[in-house]
Order: sequence, then structure tokens, then C-alpha cells
Amino acid sequence: MSDLRLTNVTVAYSGREVVGGVDVSVPARSWVALIGPNGAGKTTLLRAVAGLVGYSGTIEIAGRPTIGMSRRRLSQLVAFLPQRPVLPEGLTVTDYVSIGRTPYITYWGTESAEDRAVVKEVLERLELEGLAHRQIESLSGGESQRAVLARALAQRSEILLLDEPTSALDVGHQQQVMELIDQLRVEQGLTVLTALHDLTLAGQFASRLVLLDHGMVVSEGPAREVLTEERIERHYAATVRVVDEPGAGLTVIPVRSHSPSDKVTVSDE
Amino acid sequence: MMEVGTRPVLDVKTTRVGFRLAGVVLGVVLVSALLGVLVGAVELSFGAVLAELADRVPGVDVSSGLSEREAAILWELRIPRVVLAGLVGGMLAIAGAAFQGVFRNPLADPYLLGVAAGAGLGATLAIAYFPEQSRWPVSPLPLAAFAGAVLGVSVTYVLGRSATRAYAAATLILAGVAVAAFLTATQTFVQQQNSDTFREVYAWILGALSTVGWREVTLILPYVVLSGAGLLLYRRLLDVMGVGDEEADSVGVRSTRVRLAVVAAATLGTAAAVAVSGLIGFVGIIVPHAIRLVLGSSYRLILPLSLGFGAAFLILADLIARSVLAPAEIPIGVVTAFFGAPFFLLVLSRARRMT
Repeated sequence: MSDLRLTNVTVAYSGREVVGGVDVSVPARSWVALIGPNGAGKTTLLRAVAGLVGYSGTIEIAGRPTIGMSRRRLSQLVAFLPQRPVLPEGLTVTDYVSIGRTPYITYWGTESAEDRAVVKEVLERLELEGLAHRQIESLSGGESQRAVLARALAQRSEILLLDEPTSALDVGHQQQVMELIDQLRVEQGLTVLTALHDLTLAGQFASRLVLLDHGMVVSEGPAREVLTEERIERHYAATVRVVDEPGAGLTVIPVRSHSPSDKVTVSDE
Repeated sequence: MMEVGTRPVLDVKTTRVGFRLAGVVLGVVLVSALLGVLVGAVELSFGAVLAELADRVPGVDVSSGLSEREAAILWELRIPRVVLAGLVGGMLAIAGAAFQGVFRNPLADPYLLGVAAGAGLGATLAIAYFPEQSRWPVSPLPLAAFAGAVLGVSVTYVLGRSATRAYAAATLILAGVAVAAFLTATQTFVQQQNSDTFREVYAWILGALSTVGWREVTLILPYVVLSGAGLLLYRRLLDVMGVGDEEADSVGVRSTRVRLAVVAAATLGTAAAVAVSGLIGFVGIIVPHAIRLVLGSSYRLILPLSLGFGAAFLILADLIARSVLAPAEIPIGVVTAFFGAPFFLLVLSRARRMT
């Protein structure tokens, strides 16, 4: 069981501080969502956990600091999916998902029978067997999102870092992918940390939200505490209505501040 | 295995397909080599050549019936030339494939990063300032070309290392283009200052295998074997590099190190190849891409096949170069482009129709 704890984490890009002294705690098997406006530092924080960017402070997995861990060891513990994963043209889905086995394969080696078994299992779990020999770029948006998740699952890490996993999907596929992530979390005991723009989805799926602004945590807790109209307006400069529909959870609705009569009507001449 | 909307993909990880492919490649290389050995100004019969070859196998004693002169043509001219063409072709193709993988750029090959311009400058300097090469114990031309090529890529690598990971691959390519432009300008200047060497430099730049023998083969063999074997070890990691530096790092790879190792291996092999053959163009681009378009994009497939098909391609190109206008020879670089380009365009248009 792996919990993830960030203590006083600071990241600077060429002297400019992007994340400043952030504390985040993700209990084992839970789902925490990082929310906040563009440039708040959500992606940077995920990259720090994945060991892709230098930081000061402490990041611990199951109580052990990740600093000083080899890249290979860290990638056995943490899988990271960027917002727009690169899908190498011409690679089959199987070959692509096999990339997730890299942390377990020696430098110049190839997949063992066990690696192939893991890939097969993951493909079956995400219902990708039928597409196993298709080329990755020929998949639809929803299918390729599943393939990308499959690659992360093939890493067999207990911590899953997802940067905007739904940003390229329509509303139906967004829901399906979020449900899938949640099922996998429960089923495989995963600890999930995501960056999310969609506040409604974040509130519906994550057990805790961490609101970042200008590289700092400005609010943290369950959705009902964090997602208030006043707070969203302050940090996102957005006008929203937060509706708490019984049974449906919290819904954040953007509201247009100009009156509808401003609209230009086009006559049918 | 083919579906609508996809290009064909071979799953090399199944041993059956792997063995069959290896057989096909070996067959193509052997047939090309045999053609290369048989065709020439002096006709050698198929049976006699086979008998000659068999005679060299320890414990076998057959008489081929070839005269001493014919045997010399076979052993001192044809066979070393075919072997060298195979080594150079295989090397250029696998190095091109590896560069395309590690830079994620379909146009990348060692030539682009300074091998061609560096070797060209080295060769021009050697021709201009060390004439009468036979006086020297070691021929200075291949040495200078080799040094120029390695130096060209090293300068590119040192200057092109970028702080920002996202553009690391692109920055190196751009640095290569700039370094190549500078080296080519220097080379042109040296050549203008020594215009009497113009013809010799030009002939070298277009590539030629006409003056080669076993000496050149032994000169480059260690480089080609080490470089080729080294690159083959990276076949899986090159697939991983396809997802970009950041994602490759996130699955435990050190992408910068992998790129440096692949660039070093490919550069040494290519530098050795151009040192003895001149600048034979196009092989490193068309062979890997033809394989990609017809057979699939995994580097586990592309790297070994590039080695084989690159060898066969250059053996056949050399055969054309020396037989079309015999006894005169066409520069082999002209042949690779003249026959390679239309062939490549054909493959390209057919592949597009399939998708």
C-alpha cells in the first residue's frame, strides 16, 4: 500500500519559482485532484513526483523519500501520463503498451514471458484485445486514451499520476474514462493523483481536492468545502454557479456575465 | 494481418515470423552478392564461382577451372568490392534508421549532423595538402575523412546540447545543419584555393568503390561490426524513445544518455564507411523508410532489416554503377539517388493508397 506525501515542495524553472512550499498528502488507495487555473503549478507538481523535474523539499512514497532513487526504481513505483501523450506513429497497440514494462527490462533486453503476460492482462482489462495489432494512431480519441492508460497500468506501479486525463474527450468518454480510473483504483488498490480542469468531474470523482494558485495551496479538502462560488471567482476569475443537486453531487456551471440580449441575431435574408 | 485503415504490421516477437524474415533478408543479401560477384567485364560462370568459393572451405577440395587471372579478378576485385558495398550499405542504412529513431525525425541521418560535411572537409584537405598519397605509409584520405566526420558530429553535439528538454532533439538537428553549413563553406573555400584538385574531390564526394580491396574491408570491418551490434542492442529502447524524452524518462530510461550512445555508435560506423567509400547519399533515408512503409514501424524490425536490405541495396547499386556504361563507371552516389528515388516514391505512393 503506497501513500504519497509531499512536504514543502518547491520547484523553480531557471530561477523563477513555479511551485512554492507545497504540502500535499494522498492516502493510499485514494484519489486526490489538483485543481487551479492555468499556470498554477499542477503539472509541475506532478512532474516533480515523477522525478522529471528537480525540486527542494521532500516527496515520500510509503514513507520513503524518492530523492536518490534510481529512475528505474521510481518508475516501478510511479506511473505518469502527461496531458498530451506522444503516440509514436506506426507502433501497434501491443508494442505501445509494452513500453510500460521498460522499468522491469534490462537496458538492452527485451520482454520476458512475464512482461508479455502483464501486457496481455492489461489489454484484456481495458478491452483492447481486439485492437492489439492496430496502429496506435488509427485509434479514436476514447480508444487511444484507454491505450495510454494501459501503458501506465503495465508499469504495475501503485501510484498513478494523470495530467488532465479527459481533456481531449467528449462528455461521454470523459465520464467513461473517469469511471474506469476509479474502478481500477478500487480493484488494483491504486493511489491516484490527477490534475483536472473540469471542476465538476474533479468534485464527483476525487475524494479530496487541492486548489493551487500561483504555485501555492490555497484551499484543500472535500469538494463541498473547496468548491465555493466565491473561491472559484477569486482564483479562476470566473463567474460560476455551484449547484448541489441531491444524488448528483456538486455541479459547477459557468455563467455568462453579459446579458443574453447582447447577442447578435442573424436574420435569414 | 492487414486491416482496413492500417498499414501492415509484422509482429516480430513471434519467433516464427522472425525466422522467416531473417531467412528472406539473408536470401536477398546472398542473391545480390552473387549477382555482384558474377557480373562484370570478364565473365565468370556461376558453377566456377561456386566451386571457387567451396574450395576455400576447409576440408573441401574442388577445382573450379578458373584461370589464375580469373581467380584473381574474383578474389582481389569482385569479392572485396561486394563485401565492402555490403558493409557500407548496411552501415549507412542502420545508422540512418537509428538516427531517425533517436531524433524522432524522419529526415535525420548521420549525414545531417555533420558526418557528410566533416568527412568532405577532411577529404578535401587531405587531397589538397597531402598529394601523392602512395608516398605515405597509411593513406591520409580515409583517416582525414574519418576524423572530419567524427569531429563534425562532436561539434554539433557539444554546441547543440539544449537546456530545455522539450526541444533537445530538434535543437541538435538545427545545430547539425548550422555546423554542416560552416564545414561545407570551409570545404568549398579550400577547394577553390586548390582548383587543380577539383576533379578528385568531386569524385570522392559522389562516392566510389572502384579502388577498393581487402585493405579497405579490414579497415572498416571492426567499426561496422561494433557499431552495428551496438545499435541492434538499442532496438527496444528506440521504440521507447518514440514517446518523447519526458515520457521515456518517466518509464525509467535516461533519454539523453541513450541518444548520446546511439549517436556515438552510429557516427563511428558511418564515419568509417564514408572514409573508404565517399559520400554515398540517400541510403540512410530510403532503406529504413521503405521498410517502415512496407513492413511496420517497430525498431526491432527496422534496425536488423536495414542492415540486410541496406547491404543488398548498395551491392546492387554498385553493380549498376560499374556495368551500365562499362568500362566507365558512374559514381555510385548518382546511382543510389537515380534508382533509389523513383523506387522510394513508388513505395511512398503505394503506402499512401493503402491507408
